[in-house]
Amino acid sequence: MSMLDRHVAFVEALRSAGLPVSLSEGLDAARAISTLGLGDREALRAAYAATLVKRQPHRPGFDQVFDLYFPRLVGEGVQHDEGPAAADRSTAGALDGPAELAEFRDQLTEAMAVGDPEALDVMAREAVQRFGQIRGRGQGEQRWSSYNVMNRVDPQGLVDRVLQGLLGQTDEDPALRRLVEAQARAFEQLVEGEVRRRAAEVRGPEHVARNTVRRSVEQLDFTSARKSDLEALRREIAPLARRLASRLQRSKASRRRGPLDFRRTVRASLSSGGVPLETHHRPRRPGRPDLVVLCDVSGSVANFASFTLMLVFALREQFSRVRAFTFVDDVHEVTDRFDVGGDPADVLAGLAASAAHATLWGRTNYGRAFSRFLEEHPDALTPKTDLLVLGDARSNYADPQLEVLREIVDRTRHAWWLNPEHPRHWDTGDSSAGAYGSVVPMVECRNLVQLGEFVRDLA
Amino acid sequence: MTWFASAQDARDRLADVGYLADTATATTSYLAGALEKPLLVEGPAGVGKTELAKALARATGAELVRLQCYEGLDEARALYEWNYKKQLLRIQASPDDQAWEETHDDIFTDEFLLSRPLLTAIRREEPTVLLIDEVDKTDIEVEGLLLEVLSDFQVTIPELGTVTAVRRPLVVLTSNVTRELSEAVRRRCLYLHIGYPEADREHAIVTSQVPGIEDALAREVVDTVVRLRALELKKAPSIAESVDWARTLVALETGKLDEDRIRETLGVVLKHGSDIEKAVRELRLAARRA
Repeated sequence: MSMLDRHVAFVEALRSAGLPVSLSEGLDAARAISTLGLGDREALRAAYAATLVKRQPHRPGFDQVFDLYFPRLVGEGVQHDEGPAAADRSTAGALDGPAELAEFRDQLTEAMAVGDPEALDVMAREAVQRFGQIRGRGQGEQRWSSYNVMNRVDPQGLVDRVLQGLLGQTDEDPALRRLVEAQARAFEQLVEGEVRRRAAEVRGPEHVARNTVRRSVEQLDFTSARKSDLEALRREIAPLARRLASRLQRSKASRRRGPLDFRRTVRASLSSGGVPLETHHRPRRPGRPDLVVLCDVSGSVANFASFTLMLVFALREQFSRVRAFTFVDDVHEVTDRFDVGGDPADVLAGLAASAAHATLWGRTNYGRAFSRFLEEHPDALTPKTDLLVLGDARSNYADPQLEVLREIVDRTRHAWWLNPEHPRHWDTGDSSAGAYGSVVPMVECRNLVQLGEFVRDLA
Repeated sequence: MTWFASAQDARDRLADVGYLADTATATTSYLAGALEKPLLVEGPAGVGKTELAKALARATGAELVRLQCYEGLDEARALYEWNYKKQLLRIQASPDDQAWEETHDDIFTDEFLLSRPLLTAIRREEPTVLLIDEVDKTDIEVEGLLLEVLSDFQVTIPELGTVTAVRRPLVVLTSNVTRELSEAVRRRCLYLHIGYPEADREHAIVTSQVPGIEDALAREVVDTVVRLRALELKKAPSIAESVDWARTLVALETGKLDEDRIRETLGVVLKHGSDIEKAVRELRLAARRA
């Protein structure tokens, strides 16, 4: 494959991974690379990144595709001499035995304790080679699995051992633990990258790029987020709220002129001989709604609910009052858990704990939750209230109590239902999305982009 | 003229003026010069975005023209403005027999033009680095105004015609991402995201920025800052804070960073009450051990 072909294929793969790469940016990249030459891989990466990736959230996806199309090394990554290599391979069975595994884990513990990225990198390659092999579908086809490696090497399980080695105790220093856990995650990512690289050698980079490259955090589905993603998502909330707030303030400022203040205009015109040179306007009344958020905190939708709540509370200046209730099959008010200077992680932990208060029998029951809400907190609903219901509308086949919801909606100014599921899953299984949707407009809200757009329109 | 001979050259010359660039920064700076494209730099506050532009100017011996953006910035402050008072004087002082057309031609000349940063940078004949700082603070209309400057390095003044750059300036835009910049601006620029540096590079930066700091103390400062960043804070400390902290500790003449010192001076690094509480809670034990 010539350099030009590879460049074109790479740009194409970036597009299919969801990066908006325009024609002119592709040309810029080609120009940059011909100026720079191909001597240095990191310089090549920098040149492509500078010309093609114009948003930081796109960067992880870019790096993955780049590693596929411009791999750092080929094959096993080790220069074998012919003789010993053959011998190595014939004894491959012994290389991944239990004793070798224990030894490997010891080495990894050491590498994680030292925190040397290069050592981790070498270990990741070795781990895939030794513990990640599985047989492919085709005859003689070799495949690798990061799942196998994780299962056997289990880097997260080594965190305690590393801490033990460093401090002599395991639970002494949360900040250090976090660093070591980050090391373990880095190792996992290296292994995944290595598996992808090897897969790309066998099956071609296009195939791998199409199937394995993860979307940027903003476009990640709340319901399919992994633990490491959740942290990234949490970090995104504050900047998103800041962006939304500054945009809202700006658009409100531009609409600041209210209706003509006739009296003041005439009064001012006296100084210019009765000619109204300047008009005066009444200040616009800020139409800030009361917001009531009612959210399902059971199991899979809990993440979605907490992110939405955090965003809403980060934007609370835009509303005159915000109240939040959580439910599983009972209702519990959580408004006071959001204090102004609070730490997001603490808030989320408190919220998770509150799920216990919102539970009576432990099975999600929307109908029951709505009627309890109407009984306990009728004062929350006024004609100035905007109501937000967050949940997947999966009610374990219980009575949806549409009438109760209708009454709740009638008492409010506006009501919306945010559903974190893709519309194609609505009304499947125990979902009553369609029935509830006939009472409240139901909006799909699966990722941060959609959430941001919705909240912006709301405020 | 060429700004830098190669990426390595860019890195060396930036290092000479006290800016320690990583591979991405050096390569992208070199490309910005070689391709004559504007450079959009994003990243958290205090990682050295503005400093990069200043260092580029110092390294290439160019003059820095700076346009500080803010809400409400308009054409008259960014591009050019006619000097109305002077024009009025000229009209009043014109002899009675001069025809209006003549006066009109007279008052829309260079003499009555007040040049603002963008126009200044374009008209300069010496090497120039144009820094458009905090471009995300402007209104969306100003972006439209920038487009012509960024893509063609020219400014159109209706009364005078189009002014094209004699010598293309090296344009650096910085943004803190309080607002998403439009696609149009992004497409015209090279993009560089500056994040928090690796521990070794940060150590080098701290030692080069804070004269008289002991190596061990610098190492301790950097280690602590790296650990603070691992916490989930409202505002993670950036390079500017590490340097400030190191300066503070040198000024206090502390040779060592122990628990009490950390607690006393944490306000230099963390700027939110809840962040400080959290850091004290999570670092306390670690500090006692040290």
